[in-house]
Amino acid sequence: MLESAEPSAPAGTLVAGAPGSLAAIEDVPEEEYKKKGIGVLAWIAIGWLVLVVGMAILAPILPIKNPTQGDYTSVQAPLFSPHHLLGSDDSGRDVLSRVIWGAQASLLIAIGSVALGTLIGGALGLWAGFKGGRHDTVLSSSFNIILAFPQLVLALLLVSIFAGTYLSNDGTTHTPSWSRRIVVVIVAVGIVSIPILARITRANALAWSQREFVMAARAQGASDWRVMLREVLPNVLPAMLSIALLGVAIVLILEGSLAIFGLSVAEPSPSWGNMVYSQLSNLNSAPPVWIVPSVLIFATVLAFNYLGDVVRARFDVRESAI
Amino acid sequence: MRTIVRRAVQLIVVVIVVTFLTSILTSFLRGDPVTTIAPYSSAQQRQEIRDQLGLNQNVVERYVKWLGHFATGDLGHEYAGTGVTGLSISSQVKTSLPHSLLLIFYVETLTLLLAVPLGVYTAYRAGKASDNVANAVGFGLVSIPVYVAATVMILIFSVNSWGIHLPSEGWVSLTSNPAQHFSHLAMPVIAIAIGQIAIYARLLRSDMVATLQEDFILMAKSKGISNRRILWRHALRPSSLTLVTIAGLNIGALISGALIVEVIFHLNGLGSVLQDAINRRQYVAIQDYVAVIAVVYVLINFAVDALYRILDPRIRSARIG
Repeated sequence: MLESAEPSAPAGTLVAGAPGSLAAIEDVPEEEYKKKGIGVLAWIAIGWLVLVVGMAILAPILPIKNPTQGDYTSVQAPLFSPHHLLGSDDSGRDVLSRVIWGAQASLLIAIGSVALGTLIGGALGLWAGFKGGRHDTVLSSSFNIILAFPQLVLALLLVSIFAGTYLSNDGTTHTPSWSRRIVVVIVAVGIVSIPILARITRANALAWSQREFVMAARAQGASDWRVMLREVLPNVLPAMLSIALLGVAIVLILEGSLAIFGLSVAEPSPSWGNMVYSQLSNLNSAPPVWIVPSVLIFATVLAFNYLGDVVRARFDVRESAI
Repeated sequence: MRTIVRRAVQLIVVVIVVTFLTSILTSFLRGDPVTTIAPYSSAQQRQEIRDQLGLNQNVVERYVKWLGHFATGDLGHEYAGTGVTGLSISSQVKTSLPHSLLLIFYVETLTLLLAVPLGVYTAYRAGKASDNVANAVGFGLVSIPVYVAATVMILIFSVNSWGIHLPSEGWVSLTSNPAQHFSHLAMPVIAIAIGQIAIYARLLRSDMVATLQEDFILMAKSKGISNRRILWRHALRPSSLTLVTIAGLNIGALISGALIVEVIFHLNGLGSVLQDAINRRQYVAIQDYVAVIAVVYVLINFAVDALYRILDPRIRSARIG
């Protein structure tokens, strides 16, 4: 009964061909639209992301050099040198190894913070849109307060306070460890992205909550939680997924912006952002050091943007709501 | 009129909440804030910093005091040591804020000058090859981070001077030397504008494609009005609202972009002084700069909202917020 009400909805395509619409709750239906053909470009984008994410995950076991170990016998090697496939930097560190380890830092930040933002923002937005009334007023105004900061500035403030460099009494400068920086950046950027995800989820949940099949479910005596999670949420997911994909692209760029203010992963550990910025005063000395991560950021951001757009077009997420 | 007053009250509330949150955050500094700021300090110096940060008072007291100073334009001084007056934060803001605002103004102007014709043209050619090419290029441009665009341009025009040479650092004021002023700002402005142009053109296109299917356009066509006149007079006018909406949505990206290029090109804007304060752990200054940026952001949003009301009589009285 509940399933049969679904095809009337514009997002009914979400579940076409699936054994039960409710499956959409558990897994993001990526396979679904692959089957129906999303075009060669989307496949290339997915392939690229699998490659990049795969390399980032496998970084510890790949046969690559130590990313922080200099080698003064082969500094500033050009691209495709015998020992440095993607060249080396001013102190002979291997660029290939640094971009792979850098991918780990950059993607961890980008995907981690958006996942956090989607989880919390999605839950709050769903609640606000579904419940309406006072719940909605309180939640929506708190989103607006966070949105009153420009995102980059709020992220800068949070990271500089919770993971800035500090001096101890003996005068040595302490730079927070790799993992502390990463965690703080993920949480800070996650907080920044909560209201964005929440607003889109709220707008969609509000629209879907008024539909006939929701009323039908209520008439059958379904509880609030059941209606929210099993009727409304599956229909809101495509919009969330679309924004989340765009969000990962935005945060990937944001990581580099934080690096410019010295607040991303700290040297000597690499991230794509700090590799680009590290060479700014000396662009010609070892060009691969900043060109390679620049190309990687561009290609990966492009892939996420494109997939976000594919999802949006497929599920007819209204742009005005974004 | 009543809505304007209401918006102004909202504006003040948002400013208060934003600055209060900023000042609370400062109290979360790791360990003893005084040690963080000045490790080698003597007991007397520590006391001075404590007084300056207001660490002996509670959060609310400290905030009220800070707000009083902030409202009167007195942002205090950076910490520089006993008996030494540090950089005046107000004077830093006074020199850097106009740089940032001018930069934002140039970016917005360039964006509108290029994106509007581009959006109108691609909407007119919707579905044709030239539209598809423009769409694909636009997608690529949106994906270029500001700092990558800036770095590539510095390599091309400053380091190697292919074609023309452009200076890659420093700010020259408009009044002292207009030519130098614009040559110094060319790369920073273009670096931010690239992505903005692509976003504006794309959204304007999709809006105009919808408008072009309306009955009044068909009517205009049937009256034999030329395509050019229909596009620019009939179809673009309703989209002016969309442009304002897009501008509103992109203020954040615009300010972030400005902060980033100010650091890269040493333009001595708010971004530069903020980065400097972060590097020297001047937390009093960081708090002030962040508050200034947040207030600017809120004010620009307010202006965009007012513009929206002027353009569309329907929402002047009806919808609030």
